[in-house]
Amino acid sequence: MENKTKGYLDMELLRFTTAGSVDDGKSTLIGRLLYDSKAIFEDQLESIERTSKKRGDEHVDLALLTDGLRAEREQGITIDVAYRYFATPKRKFIIADTPGHVQYTRNMVTGASTANLALILVDARNGVVEQTLRHSFIASLLQIPHVIVCINKMDLVDYNEDVYENIRKQFMSFAPKLDINDIRFIPISALKGDNVVDRSKNMDWYNGATLLYTLENIYIGSDQNHIDGRFPVQYVIRPQSDEFHDYRGYAGKIEGGIFRVGDDVKVYPSELSTKIKTIDFYKDSLKTAAKPQSVTITLEDDIDISRGDMIVNKNSLPKVSQEIDLMVCWFNERPLVPGGKYAIKHTTKDARCMIKDISYKVDVNTLERNFEDKKVGMNDIARIKMKTTAPLFYDSYRKNRNTGSLIIIDESTNETVAAGMIV
Amino acid sequence: MDKIIINHLRELESESIHVMREVAAQFENPVLLFSGGKDSIVMVHLARKAFYPARIPFPLMHIDTGHNFDETIEFRDRLAKETGAELIVRYVQDTIDQGKVVEETGINASRNLLQTTTLLDAIEDLKIDAALGGGRRDEEKARAKERFFSHRDEFGQWDPKNQRPELWSLYNGRKKLGEHFRVFPISNWTEMDVWQYIYMENIDIPNLYFTHKRKVFKRDGTWLALAPFMKLKDNEEVVEMDVRCRTIGDITCTGVTLSKANTLEDIIAEIAATRVTERGGRADDKRSEAAMEDRKKEGYF
Repeated sequence: MENKTKGYLDMELLRFTTAGSVDDGKSTLIGRLLYDSKAIFEDQLESIERTSKKRGDEHVDLALLTDGLRAEREQGITIDVAYRYFATPKRKFIIADTPGHVQYTRNMVTGASTANLALILVDARNGVVEQTLRHSFIASLLQIPHVIVCINKMDLVDYNEDVYENIRKQFMSFAPKLDINDIRFIPISALKGDNVVDRSKNMDWYNGATLLYTLENIYIGSDQNHIDGRFPVQYVIRPQSDEFHDYRGYAGKIEGGIFRVGDDVKVYPSELSTKIKTIDFYKDSLKTAAKPQSVTITLEDDIDISRGDMIVNKNSLPKVSQEIDLMVCWFNERPLVPGGKYAIKHTTKDARCMIKDISYKVDVNTLERNFEDKKVGMNDIARIKMKTTAPLFYDSYRKNRNTGSLIIIDESTNETVAAGMIV
Repeated sequence: MDKIIINHLRELESESIHVMREVAAQFENPVLLFSGGKDSIVMVHLARKAFYPARIPFPLMHIDTGHNFDETIEFRDRLAKETGAELIVRYVQDTIDQGKVVEETGINASRNLLQTTTLLDAIEDLKIDAALGGGRRDEEKARAKERFFSHRDEFGQWDPKNQRPELWSLYNGRKKLGEHFRVFPISNWTEMDVWQYIYMENIDIPNLYFTHKRKVFKRDGTWLALAPFMKLKDNEEVVEMDVRCRTIGDITCTGVTLSKANTLEDIIAEIAATRVTERGGRADDKRSEAAMEDRKKEGYF
């Protein structure tokens, strides 16, 4: 028992995203992963069996597990990002399950923003289709480090190696347009279970790992930026108690690199230099802390620092500018207004911006750039330039997904209208 | 170089602390909703860690149905005292006395639904702009769609089809006057994560979670604890059993589990082997398939 409990405490966390439509077997695949890892419970299964029967479905629709809202169940579609959880003795998994249709690009982008890995499903009978390209492009745009292309429904093509090889080649032919280093291919049948949890007996020609084995073992240790120390100050802790009379701690989450006690650091926007005095986490004093730990840092010198400032490692400084060049995905029914003013959130910093220029739009289905039509509406992806009211301290999104990202907010409705990835 | 190992619990912990600090920074008048259950106990523990050595910068608020396990109230008062946080208690009984809601009648009568009115009144009275809750996405299918920062209109309603997209760890807490947010820092935790964390951090929890002898009766396949204000059907027989609570809520709708689990290790082993969700014993969820979604839209926890 002791060992079992301990074992649970040593798991890593892997967040992955899936996108797809009802037809490509995505729900069946997720259902199988959840069921085989015992993340589906009997009362949940009974409940969806009842609903399936009531709707007159021929078999149990596992999509009902993730489609939680009444409207989704009634219409048989996924409207929103659904989060599902399962664990094996090796890892805990968070699945961001998103709809695959073009009108839900914004949900795919949302699900992709926190993922380490994207699972892209291809129907073996249809090969690479528009939707495959769209999912791959979003994975690339959002800089998901690992992509697994599951060529599904192999049972319907007689487990034929040529089919698999052709699809793999087809995918690799446009891969150079993508910015993804780690792409893997697995031939599976989610329905029959081939290569999902257990190795397929029907595909001797495939020597690679099963899907679950890959999810459990793929190396994610180097996904985080461990080089450039970035600590956006979130909240200033001043206890003003007798015991901690002079304590002034800067609370935040490390968004890049590693910080050590004694490190030389620079504080933005003042650009003053100092050293790290302590790294506190509750009653513990740490010697080092790394992304993504939430800690409280105290400094050797008394510098005026507040929320929105950033403490960085002196050896690798961020860019500082008010002129920002970025890719945006637009989320709102009200289109982007050229020259319009919006609020933005970047790390812990709030500012305002003005949209200066729309450089081009990207067609998410062909990856072609459109320099003519510059109307940016819901689900559009575009490259734009903005000017901010205060300088941002940032890295390119390629270098750091947290210091390189921002959201745009409509000040009249307070809605989040776009996600931005700084170029 | 020092080897830094961050396991899944530490990563979840960090995410939750980050969310709590965002609340303290973005809102003027937040409260932490405290029910006395394990999730809210973990929330208090996380809040202490987030702001140490300062005190938790917001009060704890309990919406009291009056139908509690006695141990819950004792535990609540002790924890509030220990953390030094202010404790606000609002009573469903007061809302009933004011004539704002009518007590349910019949055999399955529960004050669970009435809590919503008491909660929304408290939010309005005290001008609360953010209420932190211990809801988790794995609990229930409507909760799987929740945001960390969940917007509520001036009537306290949730509009699940029109939620703000939430990306990276950027949380948009902007709102108009009279609107508020529900914030769920432990959204990404599962029941197992909560128990493992309680074990790892050695967090004190009420004895109700461990096996004890209790007078219980069976209704609709669920064991319920006997309490003075509960009505029995003719065919329902009260027996004494070894039970423990898997969730703690209003006593009228919280099922107990037959269990001999005596330690946290036992509980973790029991949950690893169980085939029913923790809310499987909650009569409040069984009222209809979208029971939770409907209650949440109106402003439930």
